[in-house]
Amino acid sequence: MNRQQSTALTPWLLAGPALLLFLGVVLVPLIMTGMLSFHDFSTSKGIQPVFLLKNWEEVLTDSYFHEMFARTLRVALWVTLACLVLGAPEAYVLSRMSPQWRGVFLLVILGPLLISVVARTLGWALLFGGQTGLINKALMGAGLIQSPIPFMFTETGVVIALTHVLVPFMVLSVWTALQRVDLATENAAQSLGASAFTTLRRVVLPQALPGMLSGAIIVFALAASAFATPAIIGGRRLKVASTLAYDEFLNTLNWPLGAAVAVLLLLGLTATIVGSNRLVERRWAQVFQ
Amino acid sequence: MSFLVLEGLTKRFGELTAVDDLHLKVEQGEFISLLGPSGCGKTTTLQMIAGFVQATSGRVTLEGRDLLSVKPAQRGLGIVFQSYALFPHMTAAQNVSFGLEMQKVPKVEREQRVAEALALVGLSALADRYPRRMSGGQQQRVALARALVIRPRILLLDEPLSNLDAKLREEMQIELRQIQRTVGTTTLLVTHDQSEAMTLSDRIVVMNGGRVEQVARPHEAYEHPASPFVASFLGKTNVMAGRLTQIADGPRVAVGDGHWPLAQTSPNRWSEGQSLHVTVRPEKISFVSGPVCSLGGEVRSRIFQGNHWLFQVDTACGPMTVIRQNDGSALPLEGDRVRLGWPAQDMQLRAESSAS
Repeated sequence: MNRQQSTALTPWLLAGPALLLFLGVVLVPLIMTGMLSFHDFSTSKGIQPVFLLKNWEEVLTDSYFHEMFARTLRVALWVTLACLVLGAPEAYVLSRMSPQWRGVFLLVILGPLLISVVARTLGWALLFGGQTGLINKALMGAGLIQSPIPFMFTETGVVIALTHVLVPFMVLSVWTALQRVDLATENAAQSLGASAFTTLRRVVLPQALPGMLSGAIIVFALAASAFATPAIIGGRRLKVASTLAYDEFLNTLNWPLGAAVAVLLLLGLTATIVGSNRLVERRWAQVFQ
Repeated sequence: MSFLVLEGLTKRFGELTAVDDLHLKVEQGEFISLLGPSGCGKTTTLQMIAGFVQATSGRVTLEGRDLLSVKPAQRGLGIVFQSYALFPHMTAAQNVSFGLEMQKVPKVEREQRVAEALALVGLSALADRYPRRMSGGQQQRVALARALVIRPRILLLDEPLSNLDAKLREEMQIELRQIQRTVGTTTLLVTHDQSEAMTLSDRIVVMNGGRVEQVARPHEAYEHPASPFVASFLGKTNVMAGRLTQIADGPRVAVGDGHWPLAQTSPNRWSEGQSLHVTVRPEKISFVSGPVCSLGGEVRSRIFQGNHWLFQVDTACGPMTVIRQNDGSALPLEGDRVRLGWPAQDMQLRAESSAS
């Protein structure tokens, strides 16, 4: 009896430390942030612990906030699309390499993840660098453009830099999916008379699709909540949801309003991720499980 | 002119020669097995015919036309892969339909031919099922239907049954043979399973180390193996050291303490006193009482295997395997002293030097 009780307890005891940590550093601050978003704030009296819907009304009705959230969504969608276009073919090439070369190229793809996002984004800032940035100089020198493209403090710049930061996640995700693909299916398609392009389109791509979708979810979530890259490339002029929340907290010191922005971002992301996950599972459950 | 001709087909991977100067002629409608241990070059041969591996040298002609210069997608061959290689994101019917879509067969005809192909392999009821939801045997049938529906000039089977359990494998062997007879497609099967090769094929090509050891009908290859390798690879066999001796009534083969008359069919180019390799199939040996055409020994073990008993007998020529039918006749026990006899014509004789 005693022994049975202790075996029933074992999983709880083993999971206990992690559960406590999760409770302490994730759940409690989240709940506090949620409560904070209903408090009042004024420059003279600071934060008032009362229950008001004022912040939420402001966030949901003011066109200023609409613009910020629309921009966040737009940037995240473009980054996801760019990562798909760049990452999926890269993963396919990677999966067809000989093992030695694959090791080398995996390192090349994953290497940047070892460098701080801030350092990598500052690198892009140097390349973009206003009128005299390296990229603009090169493009003008090649005669492709007449006047410099504004990269800094624009959405284009943020999308480019974020794509660079996030594309490894897409590559890894698609590569994992492709590893489960039987190479003989490509030979089978060929033996049935399919051209190389048809084989790619009708046999390889559908099998890589689950990986592309899960990669898209990861990239979308990370792009929508990214802070360092939009902060450096976008600056104070081009705010997204995360930099907006940061500014409300640390510059205007309106913590309750910042909390409302942060909670709204979190809810939006959770809805997107859970929704697309459902979609993926419903569509591919019988094929890939 | 034969239907499919391989002439001097060779494949080298760097230093390694996977297939060495292979010659083979296949007639239309024949079922041929490439049989050998792993690494003997049988799969490489199949892949060269399919076009997935480039031949180093040699020619392959199909109906008199060169095949190696044709792209794999245009060769019009049906292939069943070891892993089946079904498209996991398509239903059974969609898998079968794929090849017809590539041939731009009109939709109505396509649906009819898909239904026919699925009926041929007995899978009409599972047309809308995805491969992951099917058993290994069912997937195997879909793969076969997918290869046959395009009416291939040759059907290539790459170890198609090796992933099935023993009972299902036997059922599929019989079914595969029937289907091949029905559609009459020239078929090349790659296998390492000698019983599979013998069950299915019109002729067997036994391969070893990239070379062909023997091309023969199954019964002929079993009864008259062309080399010690073929003898040991096709079924169980006993190899003993023997010697040619001369006794008053003619030349005889001495094995241990017994001797046998030299059979009429044996070549007579051997000289007296020469050492020979003598091979006898386990099922040809019986327990006898006479001392002349027999070899003395002691039963070490006897194992019951359902329809037959398997004996290990220690003799002066080493351990011998004996198989006796479980037909109710009295058989010796472990530890019994016995004499092993076999008909002289069931011995295969080979000069010692030619043995590998």
